[in-house]
Amino acid sequence: MRITCPCCGERGLDEFSYRGDATLSRPAGDPPLPGAGAEAWAEYVYLRDNPSGPHRELWYHGAGCRSWLVVTRNTRTHEILDTERAVNVVRATRKDAEA
Amino acid sequence: MRTDRYSIVSLLRETVRGHTGWKPAWRDAAPAARYDVIIVGGGGHGLATAFYLASRYGIRNVAVVEKGWIGGGNVGRNTTIVRSNYLLPGNVPFYEQSMKLWEGLEQDINYNAMVSQRGVLNLFHSDAQRNAYVRRGNAMRLHGVDAELLDAGTVRRKLPFLNFDDARFPILGGLLQPRGGTVRHDAVAWGYARAADRLGVDIIQNCEVTGFLTEGGRVTGVETTRGPIGAGKVGLACAGNSSRVASMAGLRLPIESHVLQAFVSEGLKPFIDCVVTFGAGHFYISQSDKGGLVFGGDIDGYNSYAQRGNMPVIEDVCEGGMALMPRIGRVRLLRHWGGLMDMSMDGSPIIDRTPRDGLYLNAGWCYGGFKATPASGLCFAHLLARDEPHAVATAYRLDRFARGAVIDEKGMGAQPNLH
Repeated sequence: MRITCPCCGERGLDEFSYRGDATLSRPAGDPPLPGAGAEAWAEYVYLRDNPSGPHRELWYHGAGCRSWLVVTRNTRTHEILDTERAVNVVRATRKDAEA
Repeated sequence: MRTDRYSIVSLLRETVRGHTGWKPAWRDAAPAARYDVIIVGGGGHGLATAFYLASRYGIRNVAVVEKGWIGGGNVGRNTTIVRSNYLLPGNVPFYEQSMKLWEGLEQDINYNAMVSQRGVLNLFHSDAQRNAYVRRGNAMRLHGVDAELLDAGTVRRKLPFLNFDDARFPILGGLLQPRGGTVRHDAVAWGYARAADRLGVDIIQNCEVTGFLTEGGRVTGVETTRGPIGAGKVGLACAGNSSRVASMAGLRLPIESHVLQAFVSEGLKPFIDCVVTFGAGHFYISQSDKGGLVFGGDIDGYNSYAQRGNMPVIEDVCEGGMALMPRIGRVRLLRHWGGLMDMSMDGSPIIDRTPRDGLYLNAGWCYGGFKATPASGLCFAHLLARDEPHAVATAYRLDRFARGAVIDEKGMGAQPNLH
């Protein structure tokens, strides 16, 4: 399995660290209040869709450009379907929210 | 005449007859319309559950439905180690129950599972680690589990070829559980399947669950590739596929599926007479009766259903092996493979009812499911039969995450965040 980093190109897996499901979002509230919505917190911290197939997930290119990436990968085949910088994903989401 | 019971008498009789009287170890059952209990997943845990339901709880109208074939999943993919060297109160009695069941397993199921109590030795490499192992050993002994602390000299006499004077990770001693050891994993699957079958359990292979039958919110059976099957209760023992199957009932689980790789070398003359684990990395090794070195290490660390892993972890495992016993450096690898681990978020299992009536869950075994097989089966059978947790499995509740009552034996689950 090799990941094509948008900044560095195709690189070996040992340059990256895994951080799991990229579709999870912290419970609302700014700043989020601990204790408020305990169920929502438990869900965010512990529950996962854990799909068999395409999975959006966070990888950190620690031994390269040190970018956080959102990688879409098929968990059945390890095929990498898409790679983008997490910061761009966040910006796009914010723009959608503002629009 | 059918040769039903395995014994020296049946072996001699078949020897005289030229081994023409042996019959298949279990029937190739077709699904009936309805069962009292359906177990989804014909791995070690599912088969053990069916066996204990029939033998200890008198519930014999049971089916085990398996999407593949018996012995094709993790029960035939692990490194065969059994042990009960745990620390936390929620875990020790459970794994010790399992160890006791291993000790009587071959008599219980009339099958040679090659249970070999050759000892499990965890090495330590620093004073702090020694203290941690002393604490663990004491916790075990307080629970009536055997544990011995060995100093460096004793370990050196036992395994003289280890890398004792490594500059970075010198071996200072080890914690030995003499009753731990290895069990022939395939035989566990075949033995439980045969024993359950003899008690009337239907083992239905090539039968994948595709959905659940429900009635007013209660689960009343399963939809399968071989038609719908009704049930009084449905128990899930699907290991790495737990999330996938549970999602068909609308449940999200605190589980991620990861891949763990294991390795077998070419056959060598016997030289490792116990299970040895490296304390400064993640590496464990034993030698099979055929002579192959069986070893493994960490999970790859990313979600996967692929049953195969990648090079960085292979390299990491081999580095661990070389740091511990340099003499294996020129040994050739014979096979290596990957299996799906149902990594729970605190590293401990779940044996509990689910929010859906009639649906029960046995999952979250991480990379330690094999050693738990008998107790997992017994406790899940108890839960299915009595609707209450078995005395040694009371901590393994599904709601413990929301309650903050996690059992963090190793302080990590699917995502250790140690990088």
